[in-house]
Amino acid sequence: MRVALFVTCVNDAVYPSTGIAVVKLLERLGVEVDFPPGQTCCGQPQFNTGYRRETEPLVRRMGRVFEGYDHVVTPSGSCAAMVRDNYPRIAHKGSDPQLQQVADTLVPRMYELTEFLVDVLGVTDVGAYFPHTVTYHPSCHGLRMLGLGERPRKLLEAVKGLELRDLPGAEECCGFGGTFAMKNSDVSAAMGEDKVRNAASTGAEVLCGADNSCLMHLDGLLHRQGAPQRALHLAEILASTEEEPLG
Amino acid sequence: MSGTYLGMPSFPVAAREAVNNPTLRANLRHATHTIRAKRAVAVAELADWALLREAGKQIKDRTLRHLDTLLVELEEKVTAAGGVVHWAADAEEANRIVTELVVETGEREVVKVKSMATQEIGLNEALEAAGIAAYETDLAELIVQLGEDRPSHILVPAIHRNRGEIRDIFATTMGEWGRPAPDDLTDSPAALAEAARLHLREKFLRAKVGISGANFMVAETGTLVVLESEGNGRMCLTLPETLISVVGIEKVIPSWRDLEVFLQTLPRSSTAERMNPYTSTWTGTTDSDGPKAFHLVLLDNGRTATLADEVGRQALRCIRCSACLNVCPVYERAGGHAYGSVYPGPIGAILSPQLRGTQSDIDASLPYASSLCGACYEVCPVAIDIPEVLVHLREQVAEKGGKGHRLEKTAMKAAGWILNHPAALTAGERIASKTRALHPKTVPGASAWTDSRDLPALPEQPFRDWWKKNRT
Repeated sequence: MRVALFVTCVNDAVYPSTGIAVVKLLERLGVEVDFPPGQTCCGQPQFNTGYRRETEPLVRRMGRVFEGYDHVVTPSGSCAAMVRDNYPRIAHKGSDPQLQQVADTLVPRMYELTEFLVDVLGVTDVGAYFPHTVTYHPSCHGLRMLGLGERPRKLLEAVKGLELRDLPGAEECCGFGGTFAMKNSDVSAAMGEDKVRNAASTGAEVLCGADNSCLMHLDGLLHRQGAPQRALHLAEILASTEEEPLG
Repeated sequence: MSGTYLGMPSFPVAAREAVNNPTLRANLRHATHTIRAKRAVAVAELADWALLREAGKQIKDRTLRHLDTLLVELEEKVTAAGGVVHWAADAEEANRIVTELVVETGEREVVKVKSMATQEIGLNEALEAAGIAAYETDLAELIVQLGEDRPSHILVPAIHRNRGEIRDIFATTMGEWGRPAPDDLTDSPAALAEAARLHLREKFLRAKVGISGANFMVAETGTLVVLESEGNGRMCLTLPETLISVVGIEKVIPSWRDLEVFLQTLPRSSTAERMNPYTSTWTGTTDSDGPKAFHLVLLDNGRTATLADEVGRQALRCIRCSACLNVCPVYERAGGHAYGSVYPGPIGAILSPQLRGTQSDIDASLPYASSLCGACYEVCPVAIDIPEVLVHLREQVAEKGGKGHRLEKTAMKAAGWILNHPAALTAGERIASKTRALHPKTVPGASAWTDSRDLPALPEQPFRDWWKKNRT
């Protein structure tokens, strides 16, 4: 089984610890992971802001870089959804047959991390250890576009020492929304403030999610407010073990 | 009446006012969360909801594909039943037709059933200019009209008002329009409803002309259908001598059998009821009962242009239930007025720029008034993929390179180049990581982010460098 990691641009540049966690986690589960260095960005920021033409070269690049791998795994529901939902649309609108080929061949091989663990590897207990209280925010794209359902919860519930607390209003958007956070910053911040208030009400030490872009927005709010809670990617919790616990 | 939307500021500017108004936000939050929860219960009762949703979508799509022939069939049936059909290309033409029809009756006042189409074209204002008073009879529309306000929700136009505010509006302005509110009016819902009932009854019994819209038009019999909750609509549809219905051309459906689907999905999606209290249907005129004259004004006003767009046309499936407004986190914070249209919320964000074009500040900003969370698509009873249309419209706005988009396009192109040259990206990431100790907490040009959020601290090294060092 040839598995490639699509680390995403945000994780590469800002949250490398998430990428490292995915590598360690998958290797622990016996998966040989490769990281094709030609990868950059799936094009979601451009596409969602209305720059479809500027996205096309990135779609072609994604197709080229991940050619030949059985599975492509990414620790971002949002980027997985970009490939799965929007690449066929971009192919349909564009005039280049190569775009259609990327959509046809990459889409069925693209997995969000929790999908890959539960559906492909068939595990929910990944042997993790994380003795903390955690509340989970299911990001919109993972929740609605990918339909991740109970997968992230099941993985978290199987973590030794972890106490999972329900997040009130969990299915409401955190307000990140890519360039929405900049273009409509007042509304975005108002949404995020409600989300972190709900997260604080659980008393959990950690606000967990599976998309670092949403977590960057929420952590930025928590940090500004001087809140004791911290935001953490699901992969880093799953990578944590008794032998090598997350600090 | 301040019903105009001309010169509206862009959405982010208009939304700021609501975001910083705690009363408004509390009113909206309470109302949307209440109806959202009720709707979920009402929908869960139907085991075949997914099938009804798919059926509604397909009926509307088929209708839109055959709109030309269905409208002709409708016109034939309405005419055969004694009605008169008028075709209006735009708001101006529709307003002229209706005004002339009212003037011909010699009347100077009309009663109105709540109608989005007449709001869309600004009919009340046009009638007022011609010296004709148009009285809204829906409770919430009455509140909006008396308060010289604008509607902020499709189904609950006065959703932004609380009981105390409504009491004050009734007490001070009802007398100017007809029967005044009682001196001892309290803010209890029953007292407010009774004051409105007495005020409106005078108007129902006096009016010779009624104006309505319609939720549906059944082509096979030429029948119009209105679903409502208060019974005021039925009064307006039966008591006057002349009835004028102004309806968007996309409201036609082929048959009564098709109607069955929407009679289940619309009430549950909008008011969270299994069935709405009043369903009125009318077909032309009869000698024995109801209006003696019936006019149907078929309104285009940007609809055929919308129909020509293969992605955007799905907005015309909308049955105006407003479920998307009630689940939208952006609507909940920004309020309806920020959308600068009678169609607020997610559906407004895709409908208004299509019906009106994207030349104005407000219409160019509406496709961006969403975090693309997808909650609107999930609840839509006719499965309009609103996020898909939003992104599609963003492309049109960005292509035109309007205000703010020229600079953005340059930035996107530059980013695109870097992202297509991994060596340049790697170098950039390394420089950013190496200089991280020097990074300021706020970055010029990023105040939209840093006004309320801190930026993350950059890591020692990007992931690709870790990989190179540890795995190759």
